Amino acid sequence: MRNRIVYFLLVIFFTFVFIIFYKGLNKSNLYIPNTDIKSIPEFTSETFNKKKSLNSKDVFNQNKFYLLNIWASWCVPCRDEHPLLINLGKSKKIEIIGLNYKDNLNNAKKFINELGNPYSIILLDKDGTKAIEWGAFGVPETFLIYKSKIIKRYIGPLNLKLIDEIESYIK
Amino acid sequence: MKFLNFFLVILVIFNFNFLNANEIKFQKKITKNLRCLICQGQSVYDSDSEFAISLKLIVKNKIDEGFTEDQIYKFLTKKYGEWILYDPQFNKNTYFLWFLPLLLFLFGGAIILKKTINIKK
Repeated sequence: MRNRIVYFLLVIFFTFVFIIFYKGLNKSNLYIPNTDIKSIPEFTSETFNKKKSLNSKDVFNQNKFYLLNIWASWCVPCRDEHPLLINLGKSKKIEIIGLNYKDNLNNAKKFINELGNPYSIILLDKDGTKAIEWGAFGVPETFLIYKSKIIKRYIGPLNLKLIDEIESYIK
Repeated sequence: MKFLNFFLVILVIFNFNFLNANEIKFQKKITKNLRCLICQGQSVYDSDSEFAISLKLIVKNKIDEGFTEDQIYKFLTKKYGEWILYDPQFNKNTYFLWFLPLLLFLFGGAIILKKTINIKK
């Protein structure tokens, strides 16, 4: 009788472990935090072309769609998503703002000259602290903003599917 | 007089070093409790990734601004969620986590007690 109980408990235990691990297989390894950041963080940053400082509240001040894209010239996936951003930038309904992350200014200029400039403003983040204000992990990362609220966040490079999603938002 | 001046300079230098050392110690303590979110199993203190380097800088800036340890943790959990802290905070989601060792201890104690009573009998 006792053996049977032990056997029964063991079967239950292993089934339980199996279910947990099996469910874990389908779970994405990518950790997306539950952040409280819903509104635009306040910071001041230098701009790319003109050597002046801009406050984030002044950049996202209109009631329209903005796309903040964190990029760097040394980031290979940024190179892949760049043509998609240029296409998206042709739409009048959305303004794309760049945040240049820990980059060499000359390399960043070369990148923009070579691949085109989808950004209306490029802010500089020389030490990566501004990206942390946004709760970002690194590059590339993109935030969709409407009426000064972050409505969607994309970690990693954008692809055609995600661009379609953004377009469906701004329609 | 000269000796007094010299003494004062030495005193200032040593005090400054002392303050600085305290700040570094404090920064080390905080960054050791922060998880580097893009690394595997490393704290921000241990990691040299771009993310960790920026986070160390943020912690340093916040200390300079006069933030306390709790305020820095609060600031970062607001940005990255509670996962960034190695030491989980005590709230309704973590009651089980915090009390589990105590429960196991009591459970083990109960088993040992029962066994010893049985042996005595």
